[in-house]
Amino acid sequence: MNVDFSLLVPEFLLAGVGFLVLLVDMLIPASQERRRNVVTGVAAMAGLAVAGIVAGATQADTDEVMYEGLLFIDRYALVFKLLFIGVGIAVIGMSLDYVARKLHHPGEYYAMIVFAVLGATLMAEAGELLTAFISIELLSFSLYVLVGLARGDKRSAEASTKYILLGAISTAIMLYGISLLFGALGTTVFTDMAPLLGAGATWDLTMTLGFVLFIAGLGFKLAMVPFHMWSPDVYEGAPTPVTALIAVLSKAATVALILRFLAEAASSATDEWRFPLAVLAALTMTIGSLVAVVQTNIKRLLAYSSIAQVGFILVGVSAMTVIGANAVLLHIVGYAFTTLAAFAVVIAVENHTGKEEISDYAGLARRSPWLAMVMTGALFSLAGLPIFAGFITKFYLFVAAADNGAGAPDMLWLVVIAVANSVISLYYYIRVIREMYVSESDDTASMPVAPVLMGVITLMFAGTVGVGVYPGPLNDAINASVTVLTPWVMFAP
Amino acid sequence: MDYFDRHVLETLIYLPMLAALVLVFVPRERKQTVRVLGIATGVGMFALSAYAFAAFDYSEGARFQLVRVYPWLELLGIEFALGVDGIGAPMVLLTGVVSLAAVIIAANVERDNKDYYILLFVLIAGVFGTFVSVDLFFFFLFYELAIVPMYLLIAVWGSSTRFTDFNRPKEYGALKLVMMIVAGSLLIWVAIIAIYVEAGEGSFDILRLQEAAANGKFSDTFQSVMFLMVMVGFGLLAGMWPFHTWSPDGHVAAPTSVSMLHAGVLMKLGAFGIIRMGMMILPEGMQQWALLLFILGTINVIYGAVSALAQHDLKYVIGYSSVSHMGYVLMGIASMEVLGVTGAAMQMFSHGIMTALFFILAGAIYERAHTRDTLVLNGLATRMKWGTAFFVVAGLTSLGLPGLSGFISELLVFFGAFRTYPILGVFGVIGAALTAIYMLRLIGRTFYGDRDKQWDDITDLGPRELTAATILLIPIFFVGLYPQPMLRVIRPGVDAILAGLGS
Repeated sequence: MNVDFSLLVPEFLLAGVGFLVLLVDMLIPASQERRRNVVTGVAAMAGLAVAGIVAGATQADTDEVMYEGLLFIDRYALVFKLLFIGVGIAVIGMSLDYVARKLHHPGEYYAMIVFAVLGATLMAEAGELLTAFISIELLSFSLYVLVGLARGDKRSAEASTKYILLGAISTAIMLYGISLLFGALGTTVFTDMAPLLGAGATWDLTMTLGFVLFIAGLGFKLAMVPFHMWSPDVYEGAPTPVTALIAVLSKAATVALILRFLAEAASSATDEWRFPLAVLAALTMTIGSLVAVVQTNIKRLLAYSSIAQVGFILVGVSAMTVIGANAVLLHIVGYAFTTLAAFAVVIAVENHTGKEEISDYAGLARRSPWLAMVMTGALFSLAGLPIFAGFITKFYLFVAAADNGAGAPDMLWLVVIAVANSVISLYYYIRVIREMYVSESDDTASMPVAPVLMGVITLMFAGTVGVGVYPGPLNDAINASVTVLTPWVMFAP
Repeated sequence: MDYFDRHVLETLIYLPMLAALVLVFVPRERKQTVRVLGIATGVGMFALSAYAFAAFDYSEGARFQLVRVYPWLELLGIEFALGVDGIGAPMVLLTGVVSLAAVIIAANVERDNKDYYILLFVLIAGVFGTFVSVDLFFFFLFYELAIVPMYLLIAVWGSSTRFTDFNRPKEYGALKLVMMIVAGSLLIWVAIIAIYVEAGEGSFDILRLQEAAANGKFSDTFQSVMFLMVMVGFGLLAGMWPFHTWSPDGHVAAPTSVSMLHAGVLMKLGAFGIIRMGMMILPEGMQQWALLLFILGTINVIYGAVSALAQHDLKYVIGYSSVSHMGYVLMGIASMEVLGVTGAAMQMFSHGIMTALFFILAGAIYERAHTRDTLVLNGLATRMKWGTAFFVVAGLTSLGLPGLSGFISELLVFFGAFRTYPILGVFGVIGAALTAIYMLRLIGRTFYGDRDKQWDDITDLGPRELTAATILLIPIFFVGLYPQPMLRVIRPGVDAILAGLGS
């Protein structure tokens, strides 16, 4: 077997950076904590940036299959790879101050983020069930460690325990599903599965159960209803930058995998799973939105709102068209910018006040107008209002849901539910905005923000507005990447 | 000038956006700089809108003019396409005039006036954008953009209503307004997507969709369902009964310049939307639901007037009078008849100017007397000479005195209404009579009669208020005495739309 290892340079780089950061951490004496934090953090960011540049420079036109279908090094994976690396850099950037204040293990922390990025990247490339499984585990284990890293904080320990236990169960379920699928089909490679799942295939109990359990396992990682229970507790207990990482990286990676799996392996059986998935999408966004209304903690609020966002993403996935895939990817990019902007503000406020209740945001507009403005923009974007990313990406998703290319609106019920949820979500986002702008607070001292964190906040906000105002070029790149997943057997327009 | 012609409409959107962006970087303490910048932008927007109106060639009024098309998102066929027709051009002028008056009044804001102007300019950009968009996606984008800043503008800078028996915090009005309008836009959102997919053109271009409708792409049932959604969604913003309840509460809670823009311009977006999406793209649906729209419009006229009779908060009276006057617009549209629709467009312009003037004066009185209770206020005429004069003119416009802009527009609406629905049209005239009652009573109570001691040191309008009020007074007289320039722009646009309706 002739393997072109040069295709894997970015992945090797990522792994190398992870270990290098751990090494650097050991070389700097523990007494110089501040220096250790800055050096390891900057090393991790620089390493990620190098891997990203190498990937972008060498793989812009690469569409290769490695190890007989185990890994796809293609443009679809590249889009996600660059996104994940960007997310990793942004999260490290917003962590620097936070880690120095609260965590005290900078080396492990930054290395784990790099490994999480590596795991996510492999998920986007995986073309086979077990490869996918191993990548998921790499991402998950990094996150388990990160969630529990705030030693001495009981909520962090609780969140970590919960995450590991429920994660282990979901892993078991997924693995069982994979074994059933292998038993029924005799292969775990996506492209080999496609003909066996296609027309004429008998969906006996083994196959159906295997398929359902595999999706359920992924649903857990996505926090898709009914597998969402862990997410608010983990979001609340985890160190805030880790919450941001879970909200963006783990979700985006799972969507990347699910979309590739459904397109490459199961697109010939779309009729079998499309409707159930659409129902799950509707349930996910409805429950996410409704429960968010009563939250008082900003991180829990964002947790439920991100559950709702998963529902919106699944709307696009269930469409299973080129337009749908475009919409999903565009939404994920917009969602990444928006969510990171929101969490960066939460971190900035937490660094200063140590609090994370919504009522603690009272008077933020006076204390720090810029933070309040970014938060407002991010929340409006999540609610799907112009001129922010959320407006165009949601519009895109809903068009995709309705447009099956047959000339008549399809799944309009799903559009109605989705739009209704947008309105509900606006209600609870407005509560936060009301605190920031209308409520007064006793403490009116301005809030200083560390320069790097401020830079991340500004960049993420610029991205949120940029995607909303001029998504054309980004969409062109995304369109080129999703057409790589060719078996859009359904209604390509 | 050719270059200018090609770019005037987009500049109208960019200018307030740019002003908002510049203001972000102006230091908070430089309140005077903010004011100067704000008013200068207002003058610029007015000049541009006046130019756009003047450049509109009414001899070719049947087609969209000053058209500009940029590709934006090719995969979905979304284009940043701008243009105005005979209905859009007066609305652009209206927005320019009211915005200028509003930014002058906004100079009175003391608290965080920088943020206030930023939000105000976002709102204005949204309104301009909606009136000049030829692409349904951008039409909807700008429509939503105009709503986004509303919550903060009202909740932060607004005023609460406190009577002994009636208590409405400003957050209540703000939240009610935003949630109801956004809920209405939900229907529009679904309708836009459904129309886009059903047409199968891969385009959101209003003209192409209109053509698709003419070619029978939309079945009668489809049009019927969609028109109902569009009618309720936009009707909500136009203050259509029974979805009008946000409007008095919102207008009362809003600060003066926001009330001016909201009642003056934003409510017009609703009626404008019914014309653009309803009449142009869903002609069959329009035919089916016209009677209901007409009846709801009539209820608006009567219900708004009766409610205004019962109110004793100055701003609630004006708020309900807006509901009442928007009823004429809906009646005119529903008459589907050339005089009626022309009258509706005229009424949109006339009411926009008039109600903005009302809100300036109500705001001025409230700032000085710290109450808006018409049972307490009295005899202001001797202290507020100019204020009284302006209020009386606005009031007379409102009840349709010949020579002022309200007369010609209401008359046209009545002609159209009687031609199509001879019996139902009568109710509209009853509404006009009721308007006279509550308006004259309001003027009599507030401005004339004996003056209580507590109003002895009330001062007359300041220079800013005088300037803004005068700016609004000119079009009221101009259109009232010489409606021809306005009519000849509107008329061909109406003809074109009615031709599409096939009636």
